[in-house]
Amino acid sequence: MALPLRYNVRSVLIRWRSTLSTIFGIGLVVAVYIMMQSLAVGLEQSSANTGDPRNLLLVRKGSTAETSSQVTREQFKLLQYLPDIEKDEKGDPLISADTLILISLPRKGGQGEANILVRGVSKLGMQLRPQVGLTQGRMFEGGRREVVVSQKLAERFENLGVGESFKTGPHQLQVVGWFDGNKSAFDSEIWMDSDDARSLFDREHYSSVLLRADPTLWGSVTNRVESDKRLSLSVLPETKYYSSQTATATPIRFLGNFLATAMSIGAIFAAMNTMYASVGSRTREVGTLRVLGFRRRAILIGFLLEGAILAFLGGIIGCLLSLPINHFSTGTLNFQTFSEVVFDFNITPHLIFKGLVFAVTVGLIGSLMPAIRASRLPVIASLKSL
Amino acid sequence: MRPNDPSVPVNSADSSEPPVVRIKELSKIYQQGEINVTALNRISLDIARREFLTLMGPSGSGKSTLLHIIAGVDRPTTGHCVVQGVEVTGLSESQLADWRNQNVGFVFQTFNLLPVLTAFENVELPLLLTRLTSKQRKKQVLTALELVGLADRTSHLPRQLSGGQEQRVAIARALVTDPQLIVADEPTGNLDSNSAHEVLDILRSLCSDAGKTVIMVTHDPKAAAFGSRNVHLEKGELAP
Repeated sequence: MALPLRYNVRSVLIRWRSTLSTIFGIGLVVAVYIMMQSLAVGLEQSSANTGDPRNLLLVRKGSTAETSSQVTREQFKLLQYLPDIEKDEKGDPLISADTLILISLPRKGGQGEANILVRGVSKLGMQLRPQVGLTQGRMFEGGRREVVVSQKLAERFENLGVGESFKTGPHQLQVVGWFDGNKSAFDSEIWMDSDDARSLFDREHYSSVLLRADPTLWGSVTNRVESDKRLSLSVLPETKYYSSQTATATPIRFLGNFLATAMSIGAIFAAMNTMYASVGSRTREVGTLRVLGFRRRAILIGFLLEGAILAFLGGIIGCLLSLPINHFSTGTLNFQTFSEVVFDFNITPHLIFKGLVFAVTVGLIGSLMPAIRASRLPVIASLKSL
Repeated sequence: MRPNDPSVPVNSADSSEPPVVRIKELSKIYQQGEINVTALNRISLDIARREFLTLMGPSGSGKSTLLHIIAGVDRPTTGHCVVQGVEVTGLSESQLADWRNQNVGFVFQTFNLLPVLTAFENVELPLLLTRLTSKQRKKQVLTALELVGLADRTSHLPRQLSGGQEQRVAIARALVTDPQLIVADEPTGNLDSNSAHEVLDILRSLCSDAGKTVIMVTHDPKAAAFGSRNVHLEKGELAP
């Protein structure tokens, strides 16, 4: 039979002065853990949020990213005549050839330059990506060196306000609108006309092709593309392509885990110190409980529980400390495209749960040795303790 | 409650029944470095039902050691200690814990109440190891607290009670599982004379009214006068 929970809870709370610093220490570790993990979650969700479930993306065979892919104009023409592509209200096939170019732009506040992905899209590119919507200004027009910019990107870089213009190489580009990518990878892009992009940046080929087809016909589209020797392209669902582009989150997650582990060692020692002090000051209580018939195991579990309660309180503080950064927008380098990727810190309920589990684990590890010591105290010596 | 007069006789021990405690050739030898210290030397003693036995003797005479062995808290080096027909020296650590819970009530000199628990919760502690329901536990705790005259102090924390009241709560905790044997290690050592008198009165009434067997270690001859039999220990042996 275990000790009553109220005994453990009150024992933790009654020594609030000595336990407060430990609780805050664990809280800080949990806050760092959650913040770092929320970066990785935000980045992964930005990729996972991207794409329309009805779209197929075509890239050169062997390419793992659009930026390293090439689709020739001849190939694009052939693709336009595939029978299974859905049509818009005018009867035009819903297909867009995209051109991707990396340009370098100055960050706001004199924080140096960073690479930005410019996506040249065909006139139906916007229609194929309904999650992207204009928030200000208007859509670009082909042949006029106009661009629309992600609003989140515009907040982080110079000269990307609507009506402003920026220079890239010898070319001046006019910003005519802002769009919102709805927390997707498109929030990290500048869009312009695909043919404008090709001619301006001297690209002979497109980078990728996006088309819409009924998912029941995807097998037919794939067969036609992959069996046509003129089309050396691979076909994959757009959502699947983007959800696989999460490699950037891996080092962040690793760093987060590493930092949390390093800091948790300190927190474990803090918890251990507090629990040793607690055992030391309650030796006679332990002896009394043993005399009354509580077994060693009950004492062990009782002290482990106290460590867990202590750490759980720390975990709650850690969660509260981390919450203000939720949905805060930030950016990092995408290791696949080598461009700036903009995303939000995303603190999910699952992450909060993981943070609390992490805290309790720290508490349990920290209180294990003191709990073992408490359970092994000789009864008579404990009773004689002051 | 009995009158506050040690001269009032306690009901005599019941000699028709087998003794509650039977000790035979009991020795306890401690190792202190390379020296063996004999705390108890071949002690034999029977303690009957309803007996209020007081153990006296100078410091280091072995009286607390004897009490601890009888209560299953310590183990002898050699010899036998049978309590209510159970050879306690043969029980494992876990068996002893269960046995103590069901058969022995403890009263300590320093009360040993858990400071974060109320009087009610302290008394309830030993019952948490039984199969009683919450309702049954409540009834037994209130009965025990009523018996020591503290039914109106159930929600008080130990620091809100006087020393005498704390010791009475400790007695209620010792009684609550209705054990046959109550052991008390200098229960009046930390109390003023009035409180000590009250506590001793309660212990005596446990023998006379409730039929318990009480073994009390004390230095105080006035306290010892409350007992029905007094045993002196000297250098680990029973004094003649």
